[in-house]
Amino acid sequence: MKHSSFFWFVLPSTLLMLAFIAFPIVSVVTQSFYTAHEQVVVQVENCGPFGCTQETSVDQEATAALREAEPMGEFAGFEIYTDRNHLAFGEVAAAWVNADGLPDFGRSLMNLPFYKALAFTLTYTAVVTPLTIILGFFIAIAVNSVARAMKGPTIFFSLLPMIVTPLVGSLILFWMVDARGILGAGLQWLTDDPNLSVKASTGLMWIMLMVYGVWHAAPFAFVVFYAGLQTVNTDTLESAMVDGATRWERIRFVVLPHLFPLVTFVALIQLMDNFRVFEPIVSFQASAHATSLSYAIYNDLGGETRLLSSAAATSVLTIIGIAILLSPVLVRTWRDFDRK
Amino acid sequence: MNIILKTTAAACALIAAASAATAECSIDGGRVNIIGNEFPAIQTVAAAAAECTGVTVEANLTADHQTLNVAGMSGNPAEYTSAIVANSSIVALINEDVIRPLDELVAEYGKDIPQRQLITVGGKVMAVAFMANAQTLTYRADVLEEVGLDVPTTYEEVLVAAEAIRAAGIMENPVGGPYAAGWNLAQEFNNMYLGHGGEFFEPGTAKISINNEKGVATLEMMKALTEYMNPDYLTHDSNGTSAEWEAGNVALMHMWGSRAQVLMDDEGSEPQVYENTKVAAPLMVGDSGVPASTLWWDGWTVAKNISDEDAAATFQALAYAVSPQTLNDTTMNQAVWLIDGYEPAPVSEGVLAAVASGTKPYPMLPYMGLLHTASGDNIADFLTGKESAEQTLADIEAAYNAAAKEQGYIQ
Repeated sequence: MKHSSFFWFVLPSTLLMLAFIAFPIVSVVTQSFYTAHEQVVVQVENCGPFGCTQETSVDQEATAALREAEPMGEFAGFEIYTDRNHLAFGEVAAAWVNADGLPDFGRSLMNLPFYKALAFTLTYTAVVTPLTIILGFFIAIAVNSVARAMKGPTIFFSLLPMIVTPLVGSLILFWMVDARGILGAGLQWLTDDPNLSVKASTGLMWIMLMVYGVWHAAPFAFVVFYAGLQTVNTDTLESAMVDGATRWERIRFVVLPHLFPLVTFVALIQLMDNFRVFEPIVSFQASAHATSLSYAIYNDLGGETRLLSSAAATSVLTIIGIAILLSPVLVRTWRDFDRK
Repeated sequence: MNIILKTTAAACALIAAASAATAECSIDGGRVNIIGNEFPAIQTVAAAAAECTGVTVEANLTADHQTLNVAGMSGNPAEYTSAIVANSSIVALINEDVIRPLDELVAEYGKDIPQRQLITVGGKVMAVAFMANAQTLTYRADVLEEVGLDVPTTYEEVLVAAEAIRAAGIMENPVGGPYAAGWNLAQEFNNMYLGHGGEFFEPGTAKISINNEKGVATLEMMKALTEYMNPDYLTHDSNGTSAEWEAGNVALMHMWGSRAQVLMDDEGSEPQVYENTKVAAPLMVGDSGVPASTLWWDGWTVAKNISDEDAAATFQALAYAVSPQTLNDTTMNQAVWLIDGYEPAPVSEGVLAAVASGTKPYPMLPYMGLLHTASGDNIADFLTGKESAEQTLADIEAAYNAAAKEQGYIQ
């Protein structure tokens, strides 16, 4: 391809990527290095239907002048990244020095919001990603062997969890695991413990969030693998059958090697998706037991006073986290490409 | 039949109000666009403002109003010409300087607005309040009668009554309250801490002062109450707790006055529940003499970054919307109105008692929202037994300090 035609060919997508991906990231990174101005507060008397009280208020004229002088706010460098609500270098160092053994250090670490969120996010990603791939693969194999007439409806029902909006899907599960819901009551009956409550226990809440994650994402893996199954060479399969290979052996030695590049693809997408787990935590009202990096960003922006810089810093840390997580897969893809 | 009658009556009232309105509220041009929370009283106000002729009146009423109002009023001209806020959320608008002082508009168009409805900050009118709200005790008269106890006036008595109800085998978890982790839980902490006579900040500064024995006593009392709550209490917000109430599972509940009407009407619960649902004054705790609750107002503001014509139109439409003609049989019980001509009903006894018993208003401080968020993120760790009360208070303090430093309130 000529350089000029290549240029014109990629120009629209480059512009869109710059506008919708690159610039927002630049803006978020910039925001994370600035804090608000030192606030000028004044004592004022506030009056209303319940009488008057002495309170403080932001002095607008003084603040307007400060804003005029430095519209971005005060430059803070890495101050927000290292404060207690993020990487908490000072607190981690103190915990290390004062810790009575590693478990104690772990407990202190889990008391810091960023590490607490990171711990759940990583556990969720590490558990949900492989389970999604395995479950999706087995659904695909099963659906592929269903009679032709039944295939359409089976595929439709297998895709439902992905079609249902995450917020609605998790709300449905949330009601089902309620102590008076069908799953919650069932669990109480199974364990013979009338006081068992999924929503009150951190461990069960984590399990429920992960079960939801697998349930919601498995159809995606299923669709990809199912498409891949349609391209398996039937000649190879038939000759394996002639050679006397069992069904399992055919899957193990013919189908799996054929689908392996797709596993990399699904893993890549799922790692990114699971690392930014968010909706189930909101729907399950699980923030007392589990928080994720995305939830931390939402929490910063959802309060009465928006913490823009704090949310920006957490966003940048999330991007870095995803980059680290994806690097093995990306390196692998690059090597494969290089070999060719 | 009953429903048809009610609907007809409501429709007649609306038509009457509307025809009266065309005569009363006409404005010479301008734009009105209101953003606010979504509950019956605010819907009534927005609908009344829309009756004004000569202007286009739009309203975006949503539970997510707080995440939209600052952004929607920061532009020039602002998208929203008015935000309906409460004493907690007006602070964010003042901090960002997106609402205008109303003194001139009050002088020109609002002479009829009673002084008690005007919210002044440092002598300048910043909002016009139209209703009051507070969290108070809601109780089941039949259950208390069954165990032979009077209506509790303190949290200590609530614990005694809860134990009696449980021991009598009437209810397993007789206590309720909006204890969902986050904003609700932090608000319960605020109530209980004020009830113990605590101060959130060192006077006149943004320096937090909750890490003391009053804070510990507050957390201990909250934990004692949760022993008598549904084990899922950390997921129960006001809606969740109200549902538990209507299901007949709760006999003593700390609940918003604005929700009393829903609990006492004949929808959603058995007659035994709604006929015996009563509201009382907010509870006391310890010996401070201050009720463990906060007073709230809801009111409207006018945006700063809009033309004077739009501001005048917005002011007139909303002043009309909160004038006495808005009150009729349908709207009267939707809230504890601050409007002239409001006649209290049994549902509003709790809020009125809260005002009478010297309950403190929720503080209108620029940094209160930061403390609220910090508390909401940390208290659950204590209630679930993961850490001590002292550690939780230290965590709240540290989380608040980091946020307040970022916002420039402390150095």
